[in-house]
Amino acid sequence: MTTGSLLDDLYREILLDHYRQPRNHGGIDAPTCSADGSNPLCGDQVRIDVSVADDHIVDISFSGRGCSISQASASMMTEYVKGRTVTEARGGIDAFQQMMVTAESPGIDGFDDIEALIGVAKFPARVKCASLSWKTLEQALVGEGGAVTTDERSA
Amino acid sequence: MTLTAHSQPGARLPFDITRIRRDFPILKREVAPGVGLVYLDNAATSQKPVQVIAELTRFYRDHNANIHRGVHTLSVEATELYEGARVKIAAFIGASDAREVIFTRNTTESINLVAHGWARKFLQAGDEVVVSEIEHHSNIVPWQMLRDERGIVVKYIPMLPDGTLDLEVARQIIGPKTKLLSITAMSNALGTIVPLQEIIPLAKAQGALVLIDGAQSVPHMAVDVQALGVDFLAFSGHKMLGPTGIGVLWGRLPLLDSMDPFMGGGDMILSVTMEHSTWADVPAKFEAGTPNIADAIGLGAAVDYLSALGMDEVRRHEIEITDYALRRLADVPGVSIFGPMDALQRGGVVSFELEGVHPHDVGQLLDTRGVAIRTGHHCAQPVMAALDVPATARASFYIYNTTAEVDALASALEATSAFFGVGS
Repeated sequence: MTTGSLLDDLYREILLDHYRQPRNHGGIDAPTCSADGSNPLCGDQVRIDVSVADDHIVDISFSGRGCSISQASASMMTEYVKGRTVTEARGGIDAFQQMMVTAESPGIDGFDDIEALIGVAKFPARVKCASLSWKTLEQALVGEGGAVTTDERSA
Repeated sequence: MTLTAHSQPGARLPFDITRIRRDFPILKREVAPGVGLVYLDNAATSQKPVQVIAELTRFYRDHNANIHRGVHTLSVEATELYEGARVKIAAFIGASDAREVIFTRNTTESINLVAHGWARKFLQAGDEVVVSEIEHHSNIVPWQMLRDERGIVVKYIPMLPDGTLDLEVARQIIGPKTKLLSITAMSNALGTIVPLQEIIPLAKAQGALVLIDGAQSVPHMAVDVQALGVDFLAFSGHKMLGPTGIGVLWGRLPLLDSMDPFMGGGDMILSVTMEHSTWADVPAKFEAGTPNIADAIGLGAAVDYLSALGMDEVRRHEIEITDYALRRLADVPGVSIFGPMDALQRGGVVSFELEGVHPHDVGQLLDTRGVAIRTGHHCAQPVMAALDVPATARASFYIYNTTAEVDALASALEATSAFFGVGS
């Protein structure tokens, strides 16, 4: 495999599109739960604000700064969970994390764009970038807020 | 007969980069088919010349034994090689006595040794340790830990926007309560060369001791502890052509004598009874347990290599290539360089950002062209906070780097901008 195609695996066009034009970015009015996540080793920071009503995620946004992988993944994540139930969102989080391990499609509804991130699984150093927003959402949905990190250690 | 290392300081050689590169086989490898390596991550660790690799192999093949405790031939040879490396390193940094060279694992351990063995014994609540805002975490965290344990005060010399230190503030915060100035000679994140000759006297005038973090300076410029007039110098072997896992703490002999051991165990005692123990003399007092014998000998070979080149020539080469890099990268659209823009004020380190592309993505794209740089906070988060960036990309040079490699970096950056659709 040449590096060109490896790189194309990592930076799929849909991913770059989400990076350049992030969806649900910037903040929402009156979130019901929030969490901050960081990836200190590479400097990714993300904040997830969620508005939950009747067990549905009625609104969500992400803010912060980070690499294209972390930003695109956050953008795709917000698109996926918006309008879904909290249980469905948790299922999506599990499916995403599994996808980062197996590099295989979880075959669930609404994951088409997100599967563009499968290539990230081939770059172990970048998996934590892609996972950050999903883990932060998981933390927000616990209702405790708080901080989450996808780095096991920081130098 | 005294056994000496196979590696010996030779006559001075002209600084011939083609010949130097032949000594580093790794520079010929490809990172992918048809993609050669451009190694620009030397501030993280340097590559190793065949002379160092051969010295390690020879030790394990021909002389391997434990030191200081055997009468047999191999043990005597191993001891002579290990202590011979200590002598070489002492000469390299201008130490007057080889016993002042303590082998550690790395700079971090060396600084922690001073924090435990000296500061913990002699500092009291309210005493002040002065560091700077541009320190590596290894020269911040040990003092914060001691602050929490003992109530000492940690003060910071702030960084100016150009990456140099604010000497006006330094004059104000270094005062009668200052017991230790612990400061880097060169920032690993920005390359800033700290004007030690201006700062050290401020501490000395207050009767404070001075520790220099030489992790980035000892590999790249001539460092003479006597001329500097400092009390401790900490550095790592792996950033100066030596193996990983071997570092040095140099300290003045009376100070080392007065300090408590860092770790207890074998080799560091004079006598042990069931009631108590007495300590061995320096340096054994600080080298508990079987030390990293082979890598100390490997570091001795690295010092021979650098001495043969001459540290003034090493520095001259790095000023040349850094000056070229500062000018070349400034021409790349979207590149902003952090730190001093004068190559005389910085070591061979260029930290930068590329507009619209996160450093992590820059590093990834560069890797596909074989260009190895470091991205992240460089274990210097206070510097990142002062610059208001989450991370930077950093290219760092050494004796084997060429201006052609700087060109490869520049064109890879242009390709990166194009890939992400920015800066065009």
